[in-house]
Amino acid sequence: MTTDLNTIWFLLVGALLAGYAVLDGFDLGVGILHLFVDRDEERRIFINAIGPVWDGNEVWLVTGGGALFAAFPAVYAGVFSGFYPAMILLLVALIFRAVAIEFRSKQPMAWWRRAWDVSFSAASFLGSFLMGVAFGNVIRGIPLDSRGEHLGGFLTLLNPYALLTGLTTVALFAMHGAIYLVLKTEGEVQGKVRGWVNNTIIVFVICYATTTMATLLYLPHMGEAFKTHPWTFTLPVATMLAIANVPREIVHGRDWRAFLSSCAAVFGLMGLVGLGMYPNLVRGTDPRTSLSIYNAASSDGTLKTMLIIAAIGIPLVLAYTISIYWIFRGKVKLDSMSY
Amino acid sequence: MDVALLSRIQFALTIAFHYLYPPLSIGLGVVLVMMEGLYLKTRLPVYQQMTRFWVRIFALTFALGVATGIVMEFEFGTNWAAYSRFVGDVFGSALAAEGIFAFFLESGFLALLLFGWNKVGPGMHFFSTVMVCLGAHFSAIWIVVANSWMQTPAGFRIAQHSLGPRAEVTDFWAMVFNPSTVERLTHTILGAWQAGAFLVISVSAFYLLKGKFEEFARRSLGVAAALALAASIGSLATGHLSAEGVNRNQPAKLAAMEAHFPASAPADLYVLGWVDEAKQRVYGVAVPGMLSWMLHGDAKAPIAGLLAFAPEDRPPVQLVFQSYHLMIGVGMVLIGIALAGALYAARLRPPPSRWLLRLFVASVLGPQIANQAGWMTAEVGRQPWIVYGLMRTNDGLSRSVPAEAVVFSLVLFTLVYAMLFALFLFLLDSKIKHGPLDEDLTAGPQRA
Repeated sequence: MTTDLNTIWFLLVGALLAGYAVLDGFDLGVGILHLFVDRDEERRIFINAIGPVWDGNEVWLVTGGGALFAAFPAVYAGVFSGFYPAMILLLVALIFRAVAIEFRSKQPMAWWRRAWDVSFSAASFLGSFLMGVAFGNVIRGIPLDSRGEHLGGFLTLLNPYALLTGLTTVALFAMHGAIYLVLKTEGEVQGKVRGWVNNTIIVFVICYATTTMATLLYLPHMGEAFKTHPWTFTLPVATMLAIANVPREIVHGRDWRAFLSSCAAVFGLMGLVGLGMYPNLVRGTDPRTSLSIYNAASSDGTLKTMLIIAAIGIPLVLAYTISIYWIFRGKVKLDSMSY
Repeated sequence: MDVALLSRIQFALTIAFHYLYPPLSIGLGVVLVMMEGLYLKTRLPVYQQMTRFWVRIFALTFALGVATGIVMEFEFGTNWAAYSRFVGDVFGSALAAEGIFAFFLESGFLALLLFGWNKVGPGMHFFSTVMVCLGAHFSAIWIVVANSWMQTPAGFRIAQHSLGPRAEVTDFWAMVFNPSTVERLTHTILGAWQAGAFLVISVSAFYLLKGKFEEFARRSLGVAAALALAASIGSLATGHLSAEGVNRNQPAKLAAMEAHFPASAPADLYVLGWVDEAKQRVYGVAVPGMLSWMLHGDAKAPIAGLLAFAPEDRPPVQLVFQSYHLMIGVGMVLIGIALAGALYAARLRPPPSRWLLRLFVASVLGPQIANQAGWMTAEVGRQPWIVYGLMRTNDGLSRSVPAEAVVFSLVLFTLVYAMLFALFLFLLDSKIKHGPLDEDLTAGPQRA
């Protein structure tokens, strides 16, 4: 693996998307689990657990999209236009998620709150599922022409493999969200959520194992990097251990470590996808049409300028993110300024 | 309908709806900095109550800005894929810079602004307010840079690439400070300040009319009127600079703004008018030679009109003319209203009469109309180009997206946005009716 400019941008865009999956992943997970509690106070605790951070977490997606546009415009253009109906539904899901959080607790009527609770949960589920479907298709390969335009229709996107990666993403975020909720809640609510962690892990592991088998059987190209560089096999092993470590930490009441393990697992999974794909960003059904970090990239000059911008920006971003999580650490307490 | 028209309607709908909110966030951000700064300086509880009340309104506008903003960032890729490939090198950089420099700053400190009252001290809270306000301005900077590059491209070259020709940055700072960036940015930001300031004026006047929360309303109105007056006068000045810039850089747009048809002749300045595009005439009230005089200091100076451009290179005239004149008309009225508000706030005039208060209440619509009309002038005036002189709008479309798909998304966005707008008005109305909270007078930012 050479460390050229394009590879650095592959890693940077990957890091932004992985950061998004780790951070907004638990927000979406909380949303997916939202309807499993039914008292108003419990639902408010759920929303306020992500209240101060979800917006900043979504910025990772916005910036990831911007970085993709800047560094690999052909991928941004080809995938976003190629997956048109799915992208539109994803946008609508993200709109509903945002306004549901903002609007829900602003009116006392039961019907109002129930409607926004359902919107919040359905939007979180749909958003996670569609992102998983998009990833599945990019991995599996889509029909592209020589200009990088998608030739298939909407229904070709709903193939079994992509549906499986969609469900796996939902299961992953639900697990991640459950562990986050354990960290942010206390008392009776926490007891309830703690009981969910194991179930979500079981569902996720079943999905993950099935996806892995399907990938190895039907998409052998995803295993090439692991064959040529056998040391990379440590990554799937480490990811598996991170997942296995979660229930262990939960049993011992070390919730922070359980959450960090879950973050590591999400990051590890994104790493596995990245390793399997490199140097391609979108696989073409005909591999000659694949969009790679070379044929889809911006000019070297722009990649260099953007690297300077990233070098200035990333330390700032990490500083804000860490400070906010530090200031808002601890259990959720509802007050008059809460959602 | 063809996919080009549908995609343009969808972009216009989604950007126009989105653009109701960011100007409010930018303007209210400045108002909040002023109010919280006054609170820290004077320690008068009413300033704290004002800050907390307007933070709640700010949160609502911000949430809608975020929810509708993500659509904008994805829409270049979904509907304008050929454009995105062509400009990604340039335009993508500006969007990525916006994400990394503006959105992270804004969203991080927003958490403290909204939920940090008992988590950090008053100084740190004020700092967060300033950072959120600054973040909102950074966002405006990068977006206007990107848009200005579409109006007056600079600092690039056209290069052949395996997927087709594209623009590549050759000089980053020339791209950022392209010929129209500075005047368009200042004009846009002042318009946003007006949006925030007149919302505060409007709500405060509503309370004064009802005889409720008088102390709160008088002081809110005072803060907002000062900002409104400065921003309204500034808008006039930067608007003039912008018009001069358009004259230099986009003469076809300038000709459409004043519906000036002759290829080269002294140009009048219309106050009001109706354009007959077929007969190439304008019916209306004009000051003869005034446009020539304003741009060149000579009422007889010739200005290139629409006929100097090939028919396929001319923007739609009526729409550009009307939105431009609507913006100017509303802008002038706003200067008057802001002046009346400021004179009252500075106690140079007795309390305003009821009809003047009613005018204050209605004034919230002014900046929204002017901002929308201004963008319409800028964007429709750039037509038929998506990147001025380089790429035509129709050539920027996504080739893989059929018209049915755009019909589907257009209907969906229309329904969702109509619902969001109704909900926004409902929640805003209920917050305003609810008014400032007594507990906010005594809350006192303190460490938990």
